[in-house]
Amino acid sequence: MYEQIAFYLFSVLTVILFLITVMSKNVLYAMTSLASGMVLISGFFFILGADFLGVVQLIVYVGAVMALYSFAMMFFDATREVKEKNTNSALVFILGGMSALVLVLMFAAPIFSEKIQALYPMHPEAGNAQDVGIVLFTKYLIPFEVAAVMLLVAMIAGIILAGKKMDQSFTQDMSVDEEILTQKDVK
Amino acid sequence: MIGLSHYLIVSALLFSIGLVGVLRRRNLLMLFFATEVMLNAVNIAFAAISHYYNDLTGQMFAFFVIAIAASEVAVGLGILIVLYKKQGSLDLDELTTMKG
Repeated sequence: MYEQIAFYLFSVLTVILFLITVMSKNVLYAMTSLASGMVLISGFFFILGADFLGVVQLIVYVGAVMALYSFAMMFFDATREVKEKNTNSALVFILGGMSALVLVLMFAAPIFSEKIQALYPMHPEAGNAQDVGIVLFTKYLIPFEVAAVMLLVAMIAGIILAGKKMDQSFTQDMSVDEEILTQKDVK
Repeated sequence: MIGLSHYLIVSALLFSIGLVGVLRRRNLLMLFFATEVMLNAVNIAFAAISHYYNDLTGQMFAFFVIAIAASEVAVGLGILIVLYKKQGSLDLDELTTMKG
């Protein structure tokens, strides 16, 4: 009962919030709705019993990724509304609607799954975090290490790309400063 | 009772929303938001399949998707900052510098 209420509440709210993310003209509104949609997606993970995945979603997505986006938003001019040329938005909506229809029809079809066997079955008595840890550090150890190296590479690349010439301000208009300076000189 | 199909349908709807965003956005930062929506939709499908087939592999793949998304954001935002310094805007239509 509670699962159904939570599922329908979360699904309606995430769909609405992500629609705002996709449709809004304001960067701040889009980013805020994206962050709150990600919080609700971690709610899906908690319903599904993937506790550790939900916590990782909260920490990594809502904590780290959205903080990174908000810092990046400060560099760009975020208060101005985004002007976008949408030449053929009808075509875009037809394509998106058709792909949504096809995907929903595919997933609504019954799944005959007697052949599917659990490769790494869960142990409900052990808890989700212990299960995930055992599988991650035995069967998926090499992908884990590769992901760690990839995150290191991404960190170095981010520092090198964004760190150059950080002493210059490039969002504020330089001509405004010059006007103020010349006005002071006149006075 | 909520079944696997419910979660997969929600995931498909969210993925299509992200697809519409990727198709119609011209601002690069907004385009990144739309890709994040698509990655999150796929994570829901992974977690749901993992739960209903009692298998941990789906959750593992969701972890790696999250790691890849985090590194993609780090590198992509660095590239966006360099691009904004160079071009002064993030509009995709103004980046068509290879037009002959």
